[in-house]
Amino acid sequence: MHHGFCNRQITQSLNRTMASDRIVGIDLGTTNSLVAFMQGESPVVIPGDDGSNLVPSVVALDENNQPIIGNPARKHLTETPERAVYSIKRLMGRGVEDIQEELKFFPFRLAEDLHPGEVLRIKLGDKTFTPPEISALILRQLKRNAERFFAAPVTKAVITVPAYFNDAQRQATKDAGRIAGLDVLRLVNEPTAASLAYGLDKKQNGIVAVYDLGGGTFDISILKLHDGIFEVIATNGDTHLGGDDIDNLLIAIALDDTLGDLGLDLRNKDLRGNAGAVQAIRNAVIEAKIALSSQPSAKLDIELPGGKRYLREITREQFEQLIQPVIDRTVGPCKQALKDAGLKPEQIDEVVLVGGSTRIPKVRALVKELFQRVPHTDLNPDEVVALGAAVQANILGGGSEATENMLLLDVTPLSLGIEVAGGVTDKIILRNSTIPASATQHYTTQVDGQANVAIHVLQGERELARDCRSLARFDLKGIPPMAAGMARIEVRFLIDANGILNVSAREQRSGKEAEIQVQPSYGLTDEQVEGMILDSFDNAEEDFRGRQVIEARTEAATILAALDKGKKSPAWGHLTTDEKKKIAKMEKALIAVKAEEDYQAIRKAIYALNQGTTRLAELMMDSAVSVALKGKTMDEADMGEGPTAPHPMAKAEFE
Amino acid sequence: MTNSSLTTITAKPVPEETQSCWSCGTMRAVHFCQACGKVQPPSPVDYFTFFGLPRKLNLDLAALEKDFYELSRKLHPDLNARAGSREQEWSLQQSSLLNDAHRTLKDPIKRTQYLLQLEGVELEEQSKTATEQARSTGQIKKQIVPPDLLEEVFELNMQLEELRMHKKMGEDDPALIEEIGRQKLALDGKQESLLRELEYDWKMWDGMIQREHNGQPVSEEERKQERDKMVDLLNRRNYIRNLVRDVDEALEN
Ligand SMILES: Nc1ncnc2c1ncn2[C@@H]1O[C@H](COP(=O)(O)OP(=O)(O)OP(=O)(O)O)[C@@H](O)[C@H]1O
Ligand SMILES: [Mg+2]
Repeated sequence: MHHGFCNRQITQSLNRTMASDRIVGIDLGTTNSLVAFMQGESPVVIPGDDGSNLVPSVVALDENNQPIIGNPARKHLTETPERAVYSIKRLMGRGVEDIQEELKFFPFRLAEDLHPGEVLRIKLGDKTFTPPEISALILRQLKRNAERFFAAPVTKAVITVPAYFNDAQRQATKDAGRIAGLDVLRLVNEPTAASLAYGLDKKQNGIVAVYDLGGGTFDISILKLHDGIFEVIATNGDTHLGGDDIDNLLIAIALDDTLGDLGLDLRNKDLRGNAGAVQAIRNAVIEAKIALSSQPSAKLDIELPGGKRYLREITREQFEQLIQPVIDRTVGPCKQALKDAGLKPEQIDEVVLVGGSTRIPKVRALVKELFQRVPHTDLNPDEVVALGAAVQANILGGGSEATENMLLLDVTPLSLGIEVAGGVTDKIILRNSTIPASATQHYTTQVDGQANVAIHVLQGERELARDCRSLARFDLKGIPPMAAGMARIEVRFLIDANGILNVSAREQRSGKEAEIQVQPSYGLTDEQVEGMILDSFDNAEEDFRGRQVIEARTEAATILAALDKGKKSPAWGHLTTDEKKKIAKMEKALIAVKAEEDYQAIRKAIYALNQGTTRLAELMMDSAVSVALKGKTMDEADMGEGPTAPHPMAKAEFE
Repeated sequence: MTNSSLTTITAKPVPEETQSCWSCGTMRAVHFCQACGKVQPPSPVDYFTFFGLPRKLNLDLAALEKDFYELSRKLHPDLNARAGSREQEWSLQQSSLLNDAHRTLKDPIKRTQYLLQLEGVELEEQSKTATEQARSTGQIKKQIVPPDLLEEVFELNMQLEELRMHKKMGEDDPALIEEIGRQKLALDGKQESLLRELEYDWKMWDGMIQREHNGQPVSEEERKQERDKMVDLLNRRNYIRNLVRDVDEALEN
């Protein structure tokens, strides 16, 4: 690597400027997850230690019950399928009663003692994990990749979610972030994030439709781009529709074949080796599916238990016929979104394709027909969501030249309602309302002296409460004794910029406070999440401290190396004796604490030395650079032997 | 969702209304400070006031949108993400108020309903009371059929009933469907012309407000008259909208 003084200096100082509050953008996908950040004026994906941008959303436990994430976990799907899991996103924010269909097609192993309404728990070996915990393991991997890249801790993130995710699914994603040790500054809708990355490139006004068909979810969003404002007009989708469903169709055929032709009942879960064989079939059909996006036919050749082989050829025509019902399920949401936006297809200026499954030619043809327009494919459909998340992270962090004037105005995908007499939903915030959005409801008492009022909050479009998603039950408590109908309790429902509901209450007549007790229908409690942060891995506490120390030492080494360099530079000669003395003292202090285990002491010493060397750093730069880096400290102005990404020692220590 | 099995949310007091910016002390607008740009604690203002508009019904929609974007650039939580937690909370409150106000004012029907509500007409309460009554007495909710629609509505309801019967028997009646489709078109046309009528009522209302603004007294009676015209119009429109919904449902099922 070229260690040119100026170039590296600038990139590194840019990277370091915001070291304290660097915010990353994360695409937590059903199949693949990515982390990105804004490097200078453009977003880039941060690769993992294997050099790959995509981290497969696969989690496994090794024989020592240590979690393995991403590419290395994939082989466990076939070798130890009972200790591995994929597509966990499909279970986020859902109860056991709404995943019965899912269980027919996915090898999720649920804990045996689950009750309806309880947060799901998935078995990996003999341990159980909730979906947010498994997602947290993926997030932690991405966090580490970023930390290795920056050689600095990363604690703040923007995470993307499917636009059509409901409140419970969003909350579960936020919980996952917290469990992973991330402060989730914002949840951004995936298609909207994609439009940000796209808009950054184009800087155009007009109406854009984003069609996002990934591994497990489908979203359609229609946006108005207007002088940097990205205003979502309508969104729709299906949180359980994607490449997985195509894979499952192909797997089902193969399983029928192997039963019919070879007499092998691979669906029988009690037989050893079957789960692994099904995974091998899954791998093969995915490979074939991907091949069929560029070839007229593909071959399946799979070794099965007992030495038998399964051979089959699929033509693109057969494939397209097979998947038609799946991809047709995207049509309804698209038409609804157009209708809600009050637009005709010809009024859409551009259509952007997002998600790996939009590489399928038949999907492209369908989009072209729906919107009567050739869709855009210039951005990598796997990466564009993460890049957009990085753009949003940059906006939240105060923006830069590239994101100046950019603002995202998103909507809530589902209507919010209250159950009223007769089990009917009374909608109080309609779908596609710009968020934050709020609605105020007034409640009163039915009988004299009534102290409680129960409120049932729902999400969805259906008339009847039982057909909508139950979000929470509230108990309005401690209403002062009054005659029936006298109390006037104002309850304010507010959907925040993450699409998550907040509630507050006020009793207006008595002036007394009203209290609300919230009973979420799904999801983890605060206490549960707290608990998971600590035991998300066995020696979390120790591990965490260890990492802090390592990170602090790494940074100390960087600044000491920079100082050595500085001493040899002509700038050193321009310092006064007194300044030099002070620096030497601080250097000594840092070297001393660096050997110890107290990361806070190391950080303090780094900070001191950093401050003390500001002038040296400035002197070290030639005039042009010194203007650019005015006010920067030694640490930021460092160059030369500092850590390069990925950091050489971080890897061994972090794993 | 507030994420706890039994979280207790306590009611918060309304922030005190102040005239000057909490941060730099200069006089401030309702939502943000003209001098230092900081978001201000929300004050309980109506949607018209929030946008600095008089309570008139004819609105310059392009100007409203422009103001909406401009205020979004000041109030949105994304642009206040680095501010203190108090300011972040205000930004959330203010920008939800902004969005609620914009959503209401940009839509002609919602805007009219909102103004009537500000004028003390309890539109929603009316229909809610009717619904409750219907439920408790077990009767079908009585809706006053606008007299000029009586005949058409009667016929249409008969046809819808017939269509439902046919569907139940699994029969198809293209002629009937076509006829109902025609009726639906006529209803759509009615809605359109009601909207134009409403626009006329707006003009009268706005003229009255302007006179008042110019210092001429407006009698309570006149005010009530103008209000009632609009209430009546909205009721008729609601009635037709429900009818159209019934037709759509019958045709779909
Ligand atoms: N060339 C291709 N042809 C067909 N399908 C493909 C191709 N490349 C990737 N896929 C499929 O795309 C899906 C993964 O896409 P992507 O990474 O965009 O999803 P994701 O972001 O993980 O999921 P989601 O957004 O639904 O949570 C997988 O189902 C994969 O098999
Ligand atoms: Mg995706």
